[in-house]
Amino acid sequence: MSDQVASLRQPSAPADAATLAAEVAGLIVRALNLDVTPAQITPDQPLYGEGLGLDSIDILEIALVVSKQYGVQLRADSEENGRIFGSLRQLVDYIAAHRTK
Amino acid sequence: MVAYRAGTAIRVPQFLRDVRRVARAFPPCTHVVNACADRYHFAVGLAAALVSGRATLLPSSQAPEMVRQLGSFAPLVIRLTDEEATGNGTPHMRYPCAEARAERTGRAGSAEVPQVDAAQLLAYVFTSGSTGKPLPYRKTFGPLIDCVREQARRLGLSGAARWALLATVPPQHMYGLEASVLLPLASGHALCAERPFYPADIAAALERLPRPRALISTPVHLRALLGSGVTLPAVDLVLCSTAPLAQQLAAETERRFHSRLLEIYGSTETGQIAMRQPTHSVQWRLWPGVSLERNRGATWARGGHIEQPTALQDVLEMTGPDSFMLQGRVSDLVNIAGKRSSLAYLNHQLNSIPGVEDGAFFHVEAREDSPTGIDRVAACVVAPSLDAARLLEALRERIDAVFLPRPLVFVAQLPRNGTGKLPLATLRSLVRETKSVA
Repeated sequence: MSDQVASLRQPSAPADAATLAAEVAGLIVRALNLDVTPAQITPDQPLYGEGLGLDSIDILEIALVVSKQYGVQLRADSEENGRIFGSLRQLVDYIAAHRTK
Repeated sequence: MVAYRAGTAIRVPQFLRDVRRVARAFPPCTHVVNACADRYHFAVGLAAALVSGRATLLPSSQAPEMVRQLGSFAPLVIRLTDEEATGNGTPHMRYPCAEARAERTGRAGSAEVPQVDAAQLLAYVFTSGSTGKPLPYRKTFGPLIDCVREQARRLGLSGAARWALLATVPPQHMYGLEASVLLPLASGHALCAERPFYPADIAAALERLPRPRALISTPVHLRALLGSGVTLPAVDLVLCSTAPLAQQLAAETERRFHSRLLEIYGSTETGQIAMRQPTHSVQWRLWPGVSLERNRGATWARGGHIEQPTALQDVLEMTGPDSFMLQGRVSDLVNIAGKRSSLAYLNHQLNSIPGVEDGAFFHVEAREDSPTGIDRVAACVVAPSLDAARLLEALRERIDAVFLPRPLVFVAQLPRNGTGKLPLATLRSLVRETKSVA
């Protein structure tokens, strides 16, 4: 496991958060056919625009994959949700808090 | 009723006050780049520019280089924005939000509707051109209003019922401008300030609206909505444009929304010129007065509300005096989720970057398991002094993010054939080889 993924560990649920982060990074790389490995996506790197360089179509693709995989419908009409795609960490936290499967 | 925001109505007197207020707030300028994200702010800014004799500029993207070039199109350009201004050098003006008290006490203000000459210029809408210089297309108030009134008739929106129109597209391109801003303003319907993005947000925004209500969208957003598993509220009309809609997606949209789906054909240059209901007809019916003719290997549209005869970017087969079928696109053109460009334009931008010795964009098709089914572009480039991050950063300055190459492949030289051309199959195999090595 890489340092980046390991650093996502939370004191309360160490293994789960790190596993989920690695899993979500893998989903993103596969869904978008990106030229990076999942471990290269660092937890706090911006996903949108600069950083990983995703655009709005990518975000829609990820939203669909996430809804299928975890039963989470992403929403952007609250301040909290506007930051979902700020970074991998924020996306993973959101999924962890709202997943239904 | 002019608009809804978060389910709350904004009425005509409020709209007229906002238009006068924004018109007064413009600094000295002759042209306004209207970059407002909130559709009501956009509509107010557009009308305020119109009634104060200013032309609105609508570039094909808000990429910094594009916006900078508009600064040289006209002497006094300001960029009207309702979000944090990005420092791209163009003078900007923040959309002035009224103070709540001023809005209430302003109630007694005049409700007189400003009169606008049909010959007045409303906007210049820009295509990206093929050489990197944005090309302006004049849009005059009268013909545009005629065009959207015809649209209202065709959509069944010219009766007494007051509709609410929700759009997933921005108001800054022709389809969004016509269908989501001018159509409601000219026919007494209400636009929605929001532009919901995620499927769950679109469904919730529709649910909040009174009926009859319409959804103005694109194949990408419809596909995402249907594939999301979100419960879809009933709507009374779905409108789709920007890219060809698959027959199956059209049928499923009608079934799941319990609604008719009508599809619009148009372009930046011509505006909307034809409509069809894809589940009933493969043929498109032209707007009255518009005619098509074959000339110099292209199909030209002229007449009606079209202000300059235009060679269309698609291959069309005419099936009658006012009908045609679409056969495909001209191969140089790129349409990614409704954003249009050309390979020539993208190549020009790529090859203008210092350090790029040679480079070429080309089409790659979406993978079969892609949830949105979007085709992208890839590029091969010879640039020994640059790395991918620096090259992508330079490209991001120049072109819209959806055209960034996926993947970007660095090569020692491009596989040009004897005539200097780049065979697509060779480019694609180059990408496959590079990926399998990595």
